[in-house]
Amino acid sequence: MKMINVALPKGRLGEKVYNFFKNAGFECPSIEEPSRKLIFENHEKGVRYFWVKPSDVAIYVERGAADIGVAGKDILLEYTPDVYELLDLDLGKCRMAVAAKKDFKDNASKTLRVATKFPNIAETFYNSKSRDIDIIKLNGSIEIAPILGLSDVIVDIVETGTTLKENDLEVVETIVPISARLIANKSSFKFKNQEILALSQGLREQLENK
Amino acid sequence: MFNLDTVIKSDERAIFMLRGLYKSYGYSQYRMSRFEEYDLYVRNKDFLVSDEVITFTDKNSRLLALKPDVTLSIIKNSSFESGKAEKLYYNENVYRVAPGTHNFKEIMQAGLECIGDLSFYDISEVVLLAAKSLSLISENYVLDISHMGLISAILEDTGLSHQGRKQALQFLNQKNPHELLALCKNEGIEETKSNKLCALSILSGKGDEVLDSLYPMLTNYDEKKAFEEFKTLFEIIKEAGLCENVKIDFSVGNNMKYYSGVVLNGYVEGIPTSVLSGGQYDKLVSKMKGKGSAMGFAIYLDLLERLEEDTNSFDIDTVLLSDGSTDALTLSEIARKLQSEGGVLVTSSVPKNTKYRRLMEIKEGVVTTKSEND
Repeated sequence: MKMINVALPKGRLGEKVYNFFKNAGFECPSIEEPSRKLIFENHEKGVRYFWVKPSDVAIYVERGAADIGVAGKDILLEYTPDVYELLDLDLGKCRMAVAAKKDFKDNASKTLRVATKFPNIAETFYNSKSRDIDIIKLNGSIEIAPILGLSDVIVDIVETGTTLKENDLEVVETIVPISARLIANKSSFKFKNQEILALSQGLREQLENK
Repeated sequence: MFNLDTVIKSDERAIFMLRGLYKSYGYSQYRMSRFEEYDLYVRNKDFLVSDEVITFTDKNSRLLALKPDVTLSIIKNSSFESGKAEKLYYNENVYRVAPGTHNFKEIMQAGLECIGDLSFYDISEVVLLAAKSLSLISENYVLDISHMGLISAILEDTGLSHQGRKQALQFLNQKNPHELLALCKNEGIEETKSNKLCALSILSGKGDEVLDSLYPMLTNYDEKKAFEEFKTLFEIIKEAGLCENVKIDFSVGNNMKYYSGVVLNGYVEGIPTSVLSGGQYDKLVSKMKGKGSAMGFAIYLDLLERLEEDTNSFDIDTVLLSDGSTDALTLSEIARKLQSEGGVLVTSSVPKNTKYRRLMEIKEGVVTTKSEND
């Protein structure tokens, strides 16, 4: 049996994802013990889990440091890593959306100023509409950009919409639904095929019984 | 003397072996300049992995580029003769932006192109050579094969929009059945057709098994025609004894604009990305030359360094410290004698971070061993 390296996203979503793996029969008791360790192994089950920053999961998998991993669709769309996307885990569900101030009206004769943490997603979306935009790349507190006049709209992840509401913003348009996806390194999929398929099948059964 | 195996690097070894392989099939070497007219890449930018090209103006005011690709130059210089196939191999550097970065990288490629009036034998020969090339690099290899004709016929049959087909190809490339299903649902595609497309995204494995599962799903003439070609190819692969490593995988190839038939992607264990890619690109040839067909592949030799294990725990076998009290003739004789046991570095002090097996000292012609690390 070949050891499978699994990159899990650190945080609440990662814990839910680990439970999915655990219930599929790929548990690793040491991961549940309180510690600051980042790498956990269960030789018997042939799995090694490690916690990484959610936005880095795809890099670990694409570069082969992890054979499989769980990454949000937002990260996959933004960075377009060359990986297989085997399963929609139906976890961490939210949407990528365009939001603006409540009185916003798009003036097509002007370049639309878009503030976002996801420039590629925003660009692809507006390119498909042939809309001329000016992308303003921000790293956080995106919601204040339209309030302070930095941008006309924002492109960001919307979960419940509470943050938008509290900042007098509203969703103008949904770009794409987001959820956690099981991804695999292309080369690992060839050489650890049985092991990856067994893990993937275990997770699929979890989803079907949900 | 030294052992050649400990000195030669994986990519250098691969170049020699691949050259021998291609020559044994009658391929001749194609040498080219590092530069090409930029216009060639502008006209065919969809064929390139990246449209970022290093350009400069020469003294005749021509806009030139450091070549990002070899195939386009070979096609440009090929001539079509009815009934003839031009068989060429190369080993060249190309200049591309590394994925996910803004930096250009010099990439060493080896590969071959078969251009002209190709028979099915020529196509299958290229596939066999791709498999044999990988086997020279590592015994643990997989050559994935798909057929753009078959994928194209299945996509056509679904009735997806032009944009939908482009997205479907991307999802096939990702082995992503859930997005394919969502796309088909969104475009109102009937269930049997969307199920066929989803099945294609997860079908992969040994030729016989995949072809057996695939056949009952095919309904129209174009699908069956491409299937028959694929089947014949796998009979040849089986006959060549390569069916354990050559597999069908419909995630290979996502450029319908240029690739028309068989497409290839090769992997070797220990390297996280594909080391070989190629296929039949009749559409590109017909765009550039008006007629003819072509098939080829490239191997990314720079990736092979990942296969080199750090088994050589020492940088040098012996470090011989000389304080300058021994004359050059004596020192030369002693160094030559020690070289029969391994590499020798003659120096006045040990260079920083150098790992050696044995540290020796020479003073006034007398050699003493100071330490040994085994």
